[in-house]
Amino acid sequence: MSEKVLMKGNEALAEAAIQAGCRHYFGYPITPQTEVAAYMAKRMPKIGGTFLQAESEIADINMVYGVASTGYRVMTSSSSPGISLKSEGLSYMAGADLPALVVNVQRGGPGLGGIQPSQSDYFQATKGGGHGDYHMIVLAPSSVQEMADLTIKGFDLADKYRMTSMILADGTIGQMMEPVSITAPEKKEYDKSWTVTGTKMQRKHNIINSLFLDPDELERSNFARYEKYAKIEAEEAMAENYLMDDAEICVVAFGIAARVAKNAITEARRQGIKVGLVRPITLWPFPVNDLKAAAEKCHTFLSVELSMGQMIYDIRMATDCRRPVELCNRAGGIIPSPEEVYAKIIDIAKKGGNL
Amino acid sequence: MAKINLTFKTDLCKGCGLCVNACPKGLIEIAADKINHKGHHPAQITEPDKCVGCASCAMMCPDCVITIERV
Amino acid sequence: MIIFDKPKALTDVPLHYCPGCTHGIVHRLVAEAIDELGIEGKTIGVAPVGCSVMAYNYFNCDMVEAAHGRAPAVATGLKRADPENHIVFSYQGDGDLASIGTAETVHAAARNENITVIFINNAIYGMTGGQMAPTSLPGQVTQTSPYGRDVKACGYPIKVCEMLAALDGPEYLERVAVNNVAHVRAAKKAIKKAFQNQIDGKGFSLVEVISSCPTNWGMTPQKALQWVEDKMIPYYPLGVYKDRSAKEAEV
Repeated sequence: MSEKVLMKGNEALAEAAIQAGCRHYFGYPITPQTEVAAYMAKRMPKIGGTFLQAESEIADINMVYGVASTGYRVMTSSSSPGISLKSEGLSYMAGADLPALVVNVQRGGPGLGGIQPSQSDYFQATKGGGHGDYHMIVLAPSSVQEMADLTIKGFDLADKYRMTSMILADGTIGQMMEPVSITAPEKKEYDKSWTVTGTKMQRKHNIINSLFLDPDELERSNFARYEKYAKIEAEEAMAENYLMDDAEICVVAFGIAARVAKNAITEARRQGIKVGLVRPITLWPFPVNDLKAAAEKCHTFLSVELSMGQMIYDIRMATDCRRPVELCNRAGGIIPSPEEVYAKIIDIAKKGGNL
Repeated sequence: MAKINLTFKTDLCKGCGLCVNACPKGLIEIAADKINHKGHHPAQITEPDKCVGCASCAMMCPDCVITIERV
Repeated sequence: MIIFDKPKALTDVPLHYCPGCTHGIVHRLVAEAIDELGIEGKTIGVAPVGCSVMAYNYFNCDMVEAAHGRAPAVATGLKRADPENHIVFSYQGDGDLASIGTAETVHAAARNENITVIFINNAIYGMTGGQMAPTSLPGQVTQTSPYGRDVKACGYPIKVCEMLAALDGPEYLERVAVNNVAHVRAAKKAIKKAFQNQIDGKGFSLVEVISSCPTNWGMTPQKALQWVEDKMIPYYPLGVYKDRSAKEAEV
């Protein structure tokens, strides 16, 4: 499907997963990501794959754990409350070093919250979510095309590093329709010697496990995992730099917030304000180097978020708190308007700042 | 009549005595005077010649201690 | 000629279970079934959380350690990954299968998921030191029911075979015990059938094994087996609770 077709973000993501070789999908209904499950329910039986509506998110993530143990590509999708339920399984998958793709089309919270778009699961996604020391690779699409591209990328990174990739989208990106082109990626080979597919009486048994009763052994496994994380932080961070060459104010936003921010920046540029955008595409690893570079030339940062301000802490950390970081945010399922972001940029420009 | 060889992997024995009760001929005992490397009194057969090889002891052994051979 | 030896599907790792714990017997029966059916090379086992958490060390087939109660879901994934080439079993205790994992158990049964479930019912949480289980008997004294299980306060035991037999889904449900030689032989037959059903593509097969926990029951291993006979089996009657293929064959 290399020609452009008009698709919903959730459907583009689902089709991209199939193109990436995913033949196993397990899920549980929740708004606003049901299109992913519906698409898989239609397509999987036609291509010899598995679509299974599980009894709960707790069960579906453990079905994912089962398939992931065999090395086949597998995914699940949900929205915020469902991701909380999956978090137990995500921790176990991290502990057992299992590759899989998990999609969170976020809605407002906490609790049952609402069904409108949100980015308030940023902490949960980037800092672990479940118990124990671990990370997931977190990818934040900002368009329908990226829903597809980052899904394919997510599967590759998951296999490359034997860990979970998460697509952290929001209700808007999931539901909006845009032209998209999805091409089957080149098939790459990954080490699968660790998987459980039966010994065929030709090797010692493999064990998929996250239990280490010996503290030394458990500590070693944690340190080894964090060495892998350090390599990912060094090599896999991605961001889009938009009008940053001469920028003095740096807006930071991802997903739908970045699209709103771009509109506001375009308007501010018309007024002669030197403002640009750093749009993190990977939220973990966070694109620290892009922000460090921005801190060399921008006097103020502005974090635009659909939450009470979560990414803002990572911006402060990435810039070593050298510059003030302000917040333009809405919560509860409300998207900040371009006017709100524009007003905040004007405000910052008026105040000025020191370099 | 064929002879039965009943051997105990004594170091795996936990001295639980389930084999003692299982033997229909009462041929197995816990050796009160022996201690294996786990610190248990292991099971042993008292009169090997009387064993008929019914494998009841081995069926009840939770630790696969017993091997039975017909020679 | 060897007439009895450790089955090949068991590793040489010494079992960590307490003296007289019947987990070891059931491990051996599972391994014997795997040997006799010649399926070790395609079998994947799922270990639970509980006393048998380290079952992955004891079987020579590929093994997966699951989160508490989630073994049927993990087994579902393992089976669906390659239904033709994977033989999948879970091995679970009563807390794992009938308390925290009730939903996973019921739904795997309702889907007639083509897996084999070995369910150890010893009416207590062993690994954590002897707390009340979903299958603890009325009046049974445990660490968390120190005055005896009061059914008015904490309800009645769950009879898993009877509960699952009410579903249209499952293929085969049988309750066995391992407290004497005759029962062990019957248990072996049931476990082998539960694997054979999977090979034949018949679907969800669960064998509930009434077992003992001498340590946490505070009894000698012998007395514990007597308690199984006197107290457990009357409450949890042995027998076949469902055998769809056999029933269909009769009709």
